[in-house]
Amino acid sequence: MFKNLLLAIDGSDHSNRATEKAIELAKLQKDASIEMLYVVAGNKSKTDVLHYGDSDNASRKRKQLLTKYETIIKEAGIPVEVTVLHGKDGIAEPIIEHANNGSYDALILGSRGLSTVQTMVLGSVSHKVMKYVKAPVLMVK
Amino acid sequence: MLTTVEKLKSEWFGNVKGDVLSGIVVALALIPEAIAFSIIAGVDPMVGLYASFSIAVVIAFLGGRPGMISGATGAMALLMITLVADHGLEYLLAATILTGILQILFGIFKLAKFMKFVPRSVMIGFVNALAILIFTSQLQHFVNETWVMYALVALTLGIIYILPRFTRAVPSTLVAIVVVTGLAIMMNFGVRTVGDMGTLPSTLPVFLLPNIPLNFETLAIIFPYSFALAMVGILESLLTQNIVDDMTDTESDKNKESRGQGIANVTTGFFGGMAGCAMIGQSVINVKSGGTGRLSSLTAGVVLMSMIILLNNIVVQIPMAALAGVMIMVAIGTFDWSSLMNIHKLPRTDAIVMVVVVATVVYTHDLAIGVFAGIILSALFFAWKLSKVKVEEHFNMKAQTLTYEVHGQLFFASVQDFVEDLDFDADVKKVVIDLSNAHLWDDSAAGAIDKIEHKYEQRGVEVKITGLDKGSAELMDKIGGLSKASGH
Repeated sequence: MFKNLLLAIDGSDHSNRATEKAIELAKLQKDASIEMLYVVAGNKSKTDVLHYGDSDNASRKRKQLLTKYETIIKEAGIPVEVTVLHGKDGIAEPIIEHANNGSYDALILGSRGLSTVQTMVLGSVSHKVMKYVKAPVLMVK
Repeated sequence: MLTTVEKLKSEWFGNVKGDVLSGIVVALALIPEAIAFSIIAGVDPMVGLYASFSIAVVIAFLGGRPGMISGATGAMALLMITLVADHGLEYLLAATILTGILQILFGIFKLAKFMKFVPRSVMIGFVNALAILIFTSQLQHFVNETWVMYALVALTLGIIYILPRFTRAVPSTLVAIVVVTGLAIMMNFGVRTVGDMGTLPSTLPVFLLPNIPLNFETLAIIFPYSFALAMVGILESLLTQNIVDDMTDTESDKNKESRGQGIANVTTGFFGGMAGCAMIGQSVINVKSGGTGRLSSLTAGVVLMSMIILLNNIVVQIPMAALAGVMIMVAIGTFDWSSLMNIHKLPRTDAIVMVVVVATVVYTHDLAIGVFAGIILSALFFAWKLSKVKVEEHFNMKAQTLTYEVHGQLFFASVQDFVEDLDFDADVKKVVIDLSNAHLWDDSAAGAIDKIEHKYEQRGVEVKITGLDKGSAELMDKIGGLSKASGH
């Protein structure tokens, strides 16, 4: 029973594939819906504000990015909701917290496919999420 | 709509637990930075600690952005070096007060909106230059040092970056400082410590007038410094404010913040502290640790001062190696690494502006000059891009008419090229200048059109100007066509 799906998005190519798989999964069940989750980590705020000029513009750019995925899901005929989490420490932790606080039948996320070295430096979001999220997790490679 | 009282109540007490905890985390992270920034500026550590205390407390009450942390900063410290070296601390305190007054005026006259004239590439250059200067300011601590000092710096950095992999409950910077200080005390390495760099306060700051002659000469000395400090302070504060706005997904009053920064600096100057501003790194730490209200800044200031007074004799034993490690971490965190990754994607001119800002700052050690150079260069590039006017030629044999279709902006920088594109010796009866896709911006543009008309008429060619838009036509009416009106 995959009715209530949580889809974690970061705007990369992996998010495209994760979105496709989330739609396929949602289509298996009548009345299934998807909640898209986007995390703006603290340091991401700094980069975005620097590159987009101010907070308003950064929000607008993010909205554009999310609208892309939102439209794909809507066009597939699946109800979709968007959640953006701000000011968090890290990416994995807020995803885990959000997923465990809601009642989701599955979490879908894309793997960034980092090398061993990159994983050591950046930390593996998908690894942590797989480990601590209570719901079934579909990691899309 | 919330009433003012309700708004104040939620800004202060809407998040008590989160604010107090994050305030403590920030206070602990502020101590090494305040000491290190004092050392960069060339003053006793107490000057930076007093500044971080009084600025954080005043901003808690009067700032425009709840959840933002202000204190002594690297950007400001770097601007003070020559003032302190040439004239001493008292002049720095006076300059700090004047900086505050300028910032209050900035806030009262609502000048925050002019910050849009600082292009993004200049802002990115600013943070990158700041990061490089903070890093290079630490190199002096490595001169003539033993391997023990190098090892302690490496250990500090190791703890700072590796500890968060295992736990985020305690700030890794604090753990690094505690471990390295403990190790240095126990092993008696004999490395240089904070105590060797100057005295530390064991009392609260007191109100004092700076001991300087109040005359024009003093003003002439401090004004250039105060002006640069005021501008850089506002620039970094408004940038930080936008980052905190983004992190909390709320909006805040930019002019109120400018005014608050000003009042904080005036207060700080009278209480023996150096000028400061909002801190990007500390504010990010604060919000990430759960602090979003005014109480977080107040807690940070009060806890910082209490710790210094209570733990005075331990703080003086912190090795400089530990502080250098923390500052290297601050430099790495300040640098906008994504700009290096994306520099090839940026428009070439933006990339040049960014590099010029960084190079100017690294050369002059003055962030204000770098920002100014960046703004001027951006304006020149902009004028240069706009000044590219395209002129298309169409010749109608039958009517013996030459039509010039002009595309672009006509103003002082573009008229010369535009006029050169026209052929005044063409053997035709009539010339049409079609300005449907052009706009006249200034006196030079109107003058150029007059000159073109005049030149063709001298050669007996009929000239027709068509397609003027409303603004351009009004401009021509006002200042152009005078010669014609009087001559015919």
